[in-house]
Amino acid sequence: MRKFVLNYLVPRIAQYILVIFLGVTLTFIIPRLSPNDPVERQVSQLMMSGSHVSPEAIIAMREALTEMYGLSGSVWEQYLAFWGRLLRGDLGPSLSSFPTPVIQLLATAMPWTFGLLIPAILISWIVGNVLGAIAGYYENNRAIQIVDILSQAIRPIPYYIVALVMLAVFAYWIPIFPFSGAYPPGTRVEFSWSFAWTVLRHSILPLLSLILLGVGGWFVGMKSLTSNIISEDYVVYAEVTGLPKKRILSQYIIPNAMLPQITGLALQLGLIFSGALIMEVVFGYPGMGTLTFQAVMANDYTLIMGITLLSIIGVATAVLILDLIYPLFDPRVRHQ
Amino acid sequence: MPLLQVENLRAYYRTQVYGISRSVRAVDDVSLELFENEIYGIAGESSCGKTTLIKVISGTVKPPLRIESGHVLYDFGALQVDMTKIDPEELRQTVRWKEISYVMQGSMSVLNPVRKIIRTFEDIVRTHQGIPNKKLFLEQTRDHVMRLGLPPDVLNLYPHQLSGGMRQRVAIALATIFQPSLIIADEPTTALDVVVQRGVLQMLKEIQAESGNTVLLVTHDLAIHANVADRVGIMYAGRIVEEAPTQIIFTAPRHPYTQHLIRSLPMIGDKSVKESLSGAPPNLANPPSGCRFHPRCPLAFDRCRTETPAMVRLPHQHRVACHLVTEAAE
Amino acid sequence: MLAVFRDLLRYDGRFRVASLFLMLTLLLAALAWFSPYPPTRTFMTPQDLPPSLEHPFGTNSRGQDLLWWMAFAVRNSLILGVITAVVSRLIAIFVGLVSGYRGGFIDRALMSANDSFVVLPVLPILVLLSFLLQGQLSLVTLALLLGLFGWPWDARLIRAQVLSLKERAFTRTAVYSGTPPLLLTLREHLPFVLPVVFATTINNMLWSIGMEVTLSVLGLSDVTVPTIGTTIFWANQHQALVAGVWWWLAAPILVAVVLFLGLYLLFSSVNEFIDPRTRLRRIGA
Repeated sequence: MRKFVLNYLVPRIAQYILVIFLGVTLTFIIPRLSPNDPVERQVSQLMMSGSHVSPEAIIAMREALTEMYGLSGSVWEQYLAFWGRLLRGDLGPSLSSFPTPVIQLLATAMPWTFGLLIPAILISWIVGNVLGAIAGYYENNRAIQIVDILSQAIRPIPYYIVALVMLAVFAYWIPIFPFSGAYPPGTRVEFSWSFAWTVLRHSILPLLSLILLGVGGWFVGMKSLTSNIISEDYVVYAEVTGLPKKRILSQYIIPNAMLPQITGLALQLGLIFSGALIMEVVFGYPGMGTLTFQAVMANDYTLIMGITLLSIIGVATAVLILDLIYPLFDPRVRHQ
Repeated sequence: MPLLQVENLRAYYRTQVYGISRSVRAVDDVSLELFENEIYGIAGESSCGKTTLIKVISGTVKPPLRIESGHVLYDFGALQVDMTKIDPEELRQTVRWKEISYVMQGSMSVLNPVRKIIRTFEDIVRTHQGIPNKKLFLEQTRDHVMRLGLPPDVLNLYPHQLSGGMRQRVAIALATIFQPSLIIADEPTTALDVVVQRGVLQMLKEIQAESGNTVLLVTHDLAIHANVADRVGIMYAGRIVEEAPTQIIFTAPRHPYTQHLIRSLPMIGDKSVKESLSGAPPNLANPPSGCRFHPRCPLAFDRCRTETPAMVRLPHQHRVACHLVTEAAE
Repeated sequence: MLAVFRDLLRYDGRFRVASLFLMLTLLLAALAWFSPYPPTRTFMTPQDLPPSLEHPFGTNSRGQDLLWWMAFAVRNSLILGVITAVVSRLIAIFVGLVSGYRGGFIDRALMSANDSFVVLPVLPILVLLSFLLQGQLSLVTLALLLGLFGWPWDARLIRAQVLSLKERAFTRTAVYSGTPPLLLTLREHLPFVLPVVFATTINNMLWSIGMEVTLSVLGLSDVTVPTIGTTIFWANQHQALVAGVWWWLAAPILVAVVLFLGLYLLFSSVNEFIDPRTRLRRIGA
């Protein structure tokens, strides 16, 4: 037990802290290295909007903005203050929907993103791995070969393009799914069967796109893992003992081949998350991706900062959770 | 009729990658017979075709390995089977583990790393016998394991928690749950240290003596054959070159290759310098003509280079394939 | 090298398709140098013409012939991919070789940093970066930035390769015979690492070109430069789908699919070719 904590748990948690430290520091440094001063940008944007502003007001605003962005004091003081605010959950007010706090906008958007992303990841991971294992084990199965070719064809295409094609085909060309959003504009958000059904209907197309891309990737990986594992001694042995093929697949091949896939999932989470963000933009799904798009369009600097920070923390935490789950599937890590 | 009769068996590996075809003649015209209640040893250096022969005998042929010709006939009393023709599903249900079990080479890694040992027992018993009463199954398994001198606690451990010797004993325990007619043991002790080796071999021998089944023991280590086997077959480059009861193989070998193997065994009190064979074992993708041993044989003559020697039967169940013996008999 | 190419062409269907697709893409990219219209000019042709013999990809609402525009787009996207690949390869090779070769504390420190970079969600960070650089984010800058984020997966692969090479007999022989470590790494290990580097290069290009599409669609790159991403950006700006100008989106999607499939098939074909198990079968262990 002590060995497990020291050799497994402690390094993972240290890595978690490092990722967050690095990500937050990067987010702190980037704006300070950038040639564009967000304060000046905001001020000039205001002046360009045509309304007459007095020079005193501009100076006052400049100060207020500098304060709000945490740009006052030495860099070191700024850095500590940055962490302080982050730990208090204070990401400042959104500029485009002033004075709503950024954290509140994020809190509204997050459930949509995770509500879409978590089922998408789980479904595609499980389906991709099971199909991949079947493909690796029963090499000459027709139906599986078709899945194989499809996976290879879809996997390399960027998220955005797959989503766009899905949208064009299933919302324009054959309009069986709603075109955009998570519910029709003007619908009251409430807990009722009809609302749940509306939300579900709207989520199918984005969910399908995420799953389609995800399945392909896991399928290809699992197929190659499986074709390696079938020549492992314990699989050959299971065959010699005369176990039925199904049992070998479910108890010998999948439990072993999925271990690297769990690690793989942890390594891919950042990419998958990024993909989901862009997917939301295509489908106008009201999660963090769409919020990002709106923030970019509205030049909302604090909101973009907030999204970046939260994404880093969110993904890092998800990776940590996967790391903590992993030993449940691998006794060699559990009983060191 | 013998338990197992292998007739003129040829099994080649055929591969084709990026247009390069190769065929490796790993087993080339092998015939042998195994009888009930004996320990038959197969010896030979690495890549002489031992493991391939075992694959065919145990019915685990997979591409790129292919059976080119010959028969592998089993007589299990109530059931006769030709391993080269049997339907895989029938093989699985009627023969595997009930009639033929296998202690694999590299048994270190034959146990599923993510399952407890007991689960492997459970899988096998459930497949071939069914487990109507879980409690009874657990009791019987514990008894079986204890009879073989293993602490029953190992059943609740994962493979990586066992030592190499323990794992090998577990493998033997697994191979003997159903009292099969034939137990194939492929290099069962190779990765173990000498003290543990002795224990494992002892266990194998005791089981055989107790249940009277047949053991096919494959190892390159002649000392093991000397201690355990009743009869020994010597393989060289995909062929059996000599076969005889253990006593005869070690005291009166006729084939120059066997003679060389015996001479190079260390003996207590023997201070002579061990000579080594010149040359390397032949490439089975392109084996030498005639007798495959001729390039390394100190006694080779012209006939050896052109003509493949036929198996000659000598008294006392002694068979040998060498032109020297053929000519002496003529 | 040529023999390898010939073998792959002859015996691997994927490689044939990949070659065909990439050839088509390169051909299109080469057309950019013969374009009758400069890429930045608008209203050179009638607007919104569907694909025809005269305009194979049609024209868009900005009065540009999509064939010629796509020629520039695919050329620029490829340039971006190559620059990013070179930059990230340099970092990946350096980190991978040093980490694998030196081991110990340096290895742990580098791999910790490496794993952190793997986990970081790159898109939000790049959005922040591009947002702050807006206006100054040229194609080359974007390529360099992507290069700074695109190395960690491959650094890990290269390190793994070096670790396995270190255990081989020839490394030990070289060490005992007194070859200096750096020389050993460069002379003995690099040749084995290069095939892996090549395979990952293709993968990296898939990633960076895809990332460019994403950032451009958000309007975060220099949208006056034609790329696959900016084509889609302009189509969205003019609501091409709603307006029925479907070919404005079809052209970049078609080109992207051909390019991405070509690269991916090349990647998987090469990957299998350099896989030690395939090699073993070729040599015949």
